[in-house]
Amino acid sequence: MYLIELEELVKAYGAVKALNGLTLKVPNGSLYGLLGPNGSGKTTTLRILCTLLAPDSGHASVAGINVLEDPRSVRSEIGYVAQEVAIDKILTGLELLQLQGDLYHLNPRERDSRIAELIERLDMKAWINRRCGSFSGGMRRRLDLASGLLHKPRLLVLDEPTVGLDIESRSAIWQLLRELKSEGTTILLSTHYLEEVEALADQMAIIDAGCVIAEGSPQGLKQELGGDRVTLRVREFSDEDESAKVRDLLVKVEGVRQVVVNRAQGFSLNLVVDGEDVLPRLRENLKKSNFQVFALTHSRPSLDDVYLQATGRTLMDAELAVSGRRDIKLETKQAMR
Amino acid sequence: MSSSIWVKPSNSFEREGFSALRQETLALTKRLFIQLIRRPSTLIAGILQPLIWLVLFGALFSNAPDGFLPGGMSYGHFLGAGVIVFTAFSGALNAGLPVMFDREFGFLNRLLVAPLTSRSSIVFASVIYITSISLLQSIAIMVTAFFLGYGWPGPSGLLLVLVTLLLLVFAVTALSLGLAFALPGHIELIAIIFVANLPLLFASTALAPISFMPSWLGWLASINPLTFAIEPIRAAYGGPLDLGLVILHAPYGDVTGYGCLCTLIGISLGLFFLISPLLNRKLA
Repeated sequence: MYLIELEELVKAYGAVKALNGLTLKVPNGSLYGLLGPNGSGKTTTLRILCTLLAPDSGHASVAGINVLEDPRSVRSEIGYVAQEVAIDKILTGLELLQLQGDLYHLNPRERDSRIAELIERLDMKAWINRRCGSFSGGMRRRLDLASGLLHKPRLLVLDEPTVGLDIESRSAIWQLLRELKSEGTTILLSTHYLEEVEALADQMAIIDAGCVIAEGSPQGLKQELGGDRVTLRVREFSDEDESAKVRDLLVKVEGVRQVVVNRAQGFSLNLVVDGEDVLPRLRENLKKSNFQVFALTHSRPSLDDVYLQATGRTLMDAELAVSGRRDIKLETKQAMR
Repeated sequence: MSSSIWVKPSNSFEREGFSALRQETLALTKRLFIQLIRRPSTLIAGILQPLIWLVLFGALFSNAPDGFLPGGMSYGHFLGAGVIVFTAFSGALNAGLPVMFDREFGFLNRLLVAPLTSRSSIVFASVIYITSISLLQSIAIMVTAFFLGYGWPGPSGLLLVLVTLLLLVFAVTALSLGLAFALPGHIELIAIIFVANLPLLFASTALAPISFMPSWLGWLASINPLTFAIEPIRAAYGGPLDLGLVILHAPYGDVTGYGCLCTLIGISLGLFFLISPLLNRKLA
C-alpha cells in the first residue's frame, strides 16, 4: 500500500539538525508533495531515500526494502532528479543518456529504444546531439528527467524540479508528471511553490525544521483549516498604530475568529472569518469608526493559510528568513561525497 | 551503508555480475575518453612539457665531458629514463582531477544513485583511463628520445619499461584518487599537484645520479618512488638486461633491479590499501 515509509528520521550536519524525527508514508501510485522552505529538510530527506546519505537514526524503506540494508536494490527502483542538474558539459545529451542506460545495466537494444522513446516524449530531438554545456535550464531539466526515467523506475523522486524554469517549461513538466502518475509511477516531489503542490499532489506534507507538521491532501488540509480569509487595508500604507486600532475594533465583530497585523505586507490585516456574510458587518463597523476601506479581498483558505496555521508564518516569510541565512558553500559541501 | 566497494554483491539486475561490472566500467571509461578527444589539451600538454625538458636539458649538457656520468653513458641516455618516468608520473598525478570535478559539481552523486554492481567501477574507470594516457604519453617520449639519438630498449627492455611504468602509474593514481576524495575542492588538489610535481622530480635520479647529490638529497632520492621506476628503465636502455644486478647505489645499500620492482609493487599495493578505507567511506 505504501511505497515509501520513513520513520523518525534524524540527521544532523554538525550542530545543525536537518531532520528531527521526520515520519511520513507515501502511498503506491500517488503523486506526493513535500512542501517547505529552503533549509526545512526536504533535500536531506530525498537524499536519504535515494541512498546518498545515511540517517543518524530512524528507518527508511522503498517497496519494503530498507535503504541501509540493501541500497543497491533501492537504487534500481528509484529515478532521482536532483535539485542541481549535474551534467557532463562535454558529452552530448545522447551520450549522457547512453551512459545512464549502461549504469542501469540496460542491454544496448533496450537502452537505445528507451532513449528514442524519451527523446520523442520530452521533445528533445532538435538538440539531443549537442553538447550538454550548450543547453538552457529547461533543456537540462528535461534531459535530467529523461535520465531519471530511462530505466522505468517505480518511484520518481524530484527535488525542486521547476526552480528557475519559465512558465512554458514548467507547464510541460507538470503535464509529464501527471501522465507518469496516470501510467502508475509513484512520484515524490519536493517544492517550495504552493501552486505546484496544489496543481499536482494527491497527498502532501508540510515540512518545517526537519519534521512533518501537517499531512494530508491539499483539499483536505484546507477544509480542515476552515474559515474564510479576508485581507483588509484601511489605506494604501498604514502604520502599526493604526492597524492595531483596526485590529482591536474588528476582533470584536461577530463572525470574526482571528485578526492579525501583517507587518511584512505593509501592516495589512489578515482576518479569519466564519463566512462571506461577515463582510458587510466588517464594512459597517469600519464606517462607524471613520475608517475607510482601501482594499478588501476575500478567499477560501489557501495552502499558504495551511502553512501559516501550521508554522506561524507564511511560506514567503519563511523563505525570506532562510534566504538571509543561507550558506551556499556549506550546502555545496554537504552535497559532496 | 558500510559495505566495501571491493566486495562483489550478490544481488542481480538485468545483466549479472561480471558483465554488468564490465558494462558500467566501460561506460565510465568511455566517458573519460570522449572528454579527452574533445578536449585534448591535457594530453598535448602532458607530452609537450616532458618533450621540452628532454630537448632543453639534453642540449644543456650536450657538451659535458665524456665519462662524467657513472657507467660512461651520455647525458641524453641518462636523461631519457628520467623524462619517461616524469611523463607517466605527471599524467598519473592528475588522475584525481576528473573525480574531484565530479564530486564538486554533483556528477558523482548521479553515479552513486545508480545501482552499480560495484562502486569500484568508478575507480577502475579512472585507473584504466589514466594508465592508457600515461603510457601513450610515455611512448611518445620514448619515440622522441629514439629520434634524438638517446636509444631504444630491446624487446625485453621494452617489456620492463612498460611494467615499471604501469606499477608507478598505479601507485600514483591511487595517491591522486585518495587526494581527490580527501581534499575539499579542485583548488586544493591542483595546489598539491603543483607543489609536489617538480620537487619530487628533482629529489630523484631523473636529472642527476645520487653520486652528484649532497648526502641529504641522496637519501631523499633513494627513498623516492620515482627513483625505483627510473633506475630499471635506465637499465633497460643500457644494454643486455639482468635484473639481478645492482642498479641503484643508495646511501643505505645497493638495490638490484628486482629490488626496485618489488619496492614499486609494495608501494602500489600499499597505497591502494591505504586509500581503501577512504574510498569505502566516500563511495560505499
